[in-house]
Amino acid sequence: MHLDHQVTDPERHTHSAPATRADGSRRALRIGLGGPVGSGKTATVAALCRALRDRLSLAVVTNDIYTSEDAAFLLREAVLPPERISAVETGACPHTAIRDDISANLEAVEDLEEAVGPLDLVLVESGGDNLTATFSQGLIDAQIFVIDVAGGDDIPRKGGPGVSTADLLVINKTDLAPYVGSDLEGMARDAKAQRGELPVIFQSLRSEAGVGPVADWAREQLAAWTGGAAPAA
Amino acid sequence: MSGSAALLVLADGRFPAGGHAHSGGAEGAVKAGRLRGAGDLEHFCRGRLHTAGLTAAGLAAAAAAGHDPLALDEAADARTPSPALRRTARRLGRQMMRAARATWPSPALDELAAARPKGAHQPVVLGLAARSAGLTPLDAAYAAAYENISGPATAVVRLLSLDPFDATAVLARLAPETEQVAQTAARAADGPVEALPAASAPLLDLVAESHATWPVRLFAS
Repeated sequence: MHLDHQVTDPERHTHSAPATRADGSRRALRIGLGGPVGSGKTATVAALCRALRDRLSLAVVTNDIYTSEDAAFLLREAVLPPERISAVETGACPHTAIRDDISANLEAVEDLEEAVGPLDLVLVESGGDNLTATFSQGLIDAQIFVIDVAGGDDIPRKGGPGVSTADLLVINKTDLAPYVGSDLEGMARDAKAQRGELPVIFQSLRSEAGVGPVADWAREQLAAWTGGAAPAA
Repeated sequence: MSGSAALLVLADGRFPAGGHAHSGGAEGAVKAGRLRGAGDLEHFCRGRLHTAGLTAAGLAAAAAAGHDPLALDEAADARTPSPALRRTARRLGRQMMRAARATWPSPALDELAAARPKGAHQPVVLGLAARSAGLTPLDAAYAAAYENISGPATAVVRLLSLDPFDATAVLARLAPETEQVAQTAARAADGPVEALPAASAPLLDLVAESHATWPVRLFAS
């Protein structure tokens, strides 16, 4: 069921999941992270958790392809207490679980809010998938697409729904660019051509800035979410 | 009233109720070397259809016929000896409930959702969804029986890279038996809950328990 709600933030109107929980309180903002295998989604999630966990109540849902490795990595790294991390099994198809049949992910998000809530932010990580994988608007409020310079500097030019429509494009592992011969300026140009005014962040988790710019973007999304429409009566 | 179109919606493999992540025991059978090709798939599906499929179809038909869903939920527990499969059935029931309340909302679905917030057994919810959609007990039995074999067939295409034409041909060959199972289940739904079909497949139960402990797997069950 989709409860209609007022949307006052003109930039953020893609979410169709109800903005309130069953008791009428505002639910957590949900940000999805998708992108090809090995582009650094889990590392970005881990870094985001470290950057945001002191100020915000966080939880993570992972969508692994055939293991619970991403969840296990986050547990091992102790970025959040185990009860704040939930793994959804996807039947070998992460794009189905984040877009075509989101029921298991919705339940994971709601169970986390019920068990450890109230939450400010839930990060929903997709298993590595192809360039067409995007999150359903019924599941998340904003999505980050993570690619990396070593996966080929022609990916922004190729485009596809992830690259061209995600709310934020992260081009990761910029520290590797000199070693793999990737042209960062060309990637920036191509991304601009595909995305227009939608933001792009070049990221190296090994640099001093690290996940900072992406964390700032997430904070902006959260500010818009909590400052936006009042919860529906 | 013919509800054929609504039945197609409910039985569509793309109905967003979580089934895509489950193999109906096929992954365990593949790993054990018992399911290696289209021929094995037919045997596997036939066995499943006449056991777990018949039982699920009976529960779904009974829910569609208006039997008390909570009594049926208990009957489903009694017919599901494997704790892993009980968990799976309730998880899928909860997902089916979400999809059903969005597609064919009804007070009966709301009541069952409130009484079983963590999920009732999936065939019971499926049957109640069919009832909410204006479908008959036989329709509900068809949907339950068919998904009992279509799920594994789809999963095996992914697990073995089986030729999808071969997998679909298996389902087509089983269509007459699927009809018989659905009709048997629908007839049983005329009777009391305790007389509903209670066929089981011990190997499916055992494999489900083992599968649930695997650290690496493609499917949730």
